[in-house]
Amino acid sequence: MTTPADLKYTASHEWVKQDADGTVTVGITDHAQELLGDLVFVETPAVGRKLKQGEECAVVESVKAAADVYAPVSGVVTAVNTELTDAPEKINQDSYSAWLFKLKIDTPAEVAALLDASAYQAVADADSH
Amino acid sequence: MPFIPHTEDDVRAMLAAIGANTIDDLFDEIPASLRSAGLTQVPPGVGEMEITRVMHERAQRDRHWLSFLGAGAYEHHIPAAVWQIATRGEFYSAYTPYQAEASQGTLQLLYEYQTMMTSLTALDVTNASLYDGASALAEAVLMAVRVHKTSKRVLMPATVHPVYRQVVHTLVEDQDIEIVDVPYCTDCGHVIPSALRKYAGGDYAALVVPQPNFFGVLEPVDELTAWAKENNMLTIAVVNPVSLAILRPPGEWGAGGADIALGEGQPLGVPLASGGPYFGFIACRQKYVRQMPGRIVGRTLDLEGKVGYTLTLQAREQHIRRSKATSNICTNQGLAVTAATIYLALVGPTGLARVAQASHANANTLAQQLTALPGVKRAFSGAVFHEFVVELDAPVGDVLQALEAQGILGGLDLTDHYPELGNALLVCVTETKRRQDFDRYVDNMRRFAGRRLHSAPRALTPST
Repeated sequence: MTTPADLKYTASHEWVKQDADGTVTVGITDHAQELLGDLVFVETPAVGRKLKQGEECAVVESVKAAADVYAPVSGVVTAVNTELTDAPEKINQDSYSAWLFKLKIDTPAEVAALLDASAYQAVADADSH
Repeated sequence: MPFIPHTEDDVRAMLAAIGANTIDDLFDEIPASLRSAGLTQVPPGVGEMEITRVMHERAQRDRHWLSFLGAGAYEHHIPAAVWQIATRGEFYSAYTPYQAEASQGTLQLLYEYQTMMTSLTALDVTNASLYDGASALAEAVLMAVRVHKTSKRVLMPATVHPVYRQVVHTLVEDQDIEIVDVPYCTDCGHVIPSALRKYAGGDYAALVVPQPNFFGVLEPVDELTAWAKENNMLTIAVVNPVSLAILRPPGEWGAGGADIALGEGQPLGVPLASGGPYFGFIACRQKYVRQMPGRIVGRTLDLEGKVGYTLTLQAREQHIRRSKATSNICTNQGLAVTAATIYLALVGPTGLARVAQASHANANTLAQQLTALPGVKRAFSGAVFHEFVVELDAPVGDVLQALEAQGILGGLDLTDHYPELGNALLVCVTETKRRQDFDRYVDNMRRFAGRRLHSAPRALTPST
């Protein structure tokens, strides 16, 4: 399991990358894709949709389960990764490059309050035991 | 044979094993205020001999009708082999099996059924059935809203079956989905595409298109589908499966075809029986399959490379997704679907087309004969499949009652659902009717249609 130090995380297994232009990129963690197994389908939110922190906004479906993805912070969806429609397995291959959607954020403080890599690592470790 | 196989001793032993005194103890955690007080209006049970006698007496009150009543449920010839095979022990269950993969025969049959329905609708995928046509339309509306993502409004022509529209309202109104009624042309009996202009740019998830519509009339489906596509909405086709043998299937309608098609499966080998059980079918494009409700059977290979059948895409379903499932549908109308699959296999594409053509030809023949009578005229100019609407000089209720006394079910009185049409009667003719049936209907209609009946003769009620 990898947990890059330059990203922020949620306890519900999303990763968040802060981009220079005031947007954030969101995906699911390596730990999450390991738990789910082979992904077969990804449903992304509509571009332009306003999300509140914690709102369900995407679904990742594997051969054994379908899991919701929650908005890690509030904001408006500016882009979704359409590559995943035909190739959801990219999340299994490298969950940190296979992003799900980008958000233009409302409240930078929400990003700052997210978990750092070591805090998320602790959450994931607790999960595995 | 006892309905519940456990003896009182069995029950006592099971209760003792889990440390409960009575079965009621198992429901302790449900507060008393939420428990039902029991069924006070249901009489106590009676013995088999007594109930057999009651049922025989009631069955004797049934009459044999010459029926021209359609309006969503249709009388077609059902080859005797259909139910002879469907009621074999191996098939005789209403349920998809709980240990599904252990029942390869049932799964194979459902897979064949799905293949037949995709072939009839010219769409990519269908599920293993729904409850009936009306709830299938509600599921299609919910599905279209999920697919569309941004709009929760759906355009619903008044030419869709009134009961279907009521069921849709019941099932979707608590989900903040708005159903917007679309008017029809009272001269031609279908929706006029140019009349949809006022909805353009109005942000709708889908347009419902019935074919044939409730009046039996053919809608301009190509133009309607193309308009829906231009205006960023899905097309939901409500179709009669028999008609698809001779009409262009929804998957091939204008501008790339409909996105979802559904309908009532009863005409395919299921008898008219007090309104059910019937079954609904639903089909869609492959790209929407994850939003389709219900069970889907897939074909795969086992570890030894042999063909096997399995339930697939179950991650959408409630046993996995719980409250976030696409639908609360889990079981289905398996037995009726079994009959439909056998029916379609027996008649084949050519046989189904002959059923559809004969029904269509018969409807046109009877329509011509009826409208040659004084006091009867055709309500709409639009072409029909196997139902048509006539406008009578006399009140429809009186005429139907008079026909009933002659053993004829003359059709459906449209006065309540469509008061704007005046004395309108919806008549259905299938391949089951012959020349002498038309003569009998027309002769009696000649007596009743032209004049106002002050006291219609009533059907004799047999004494019990």
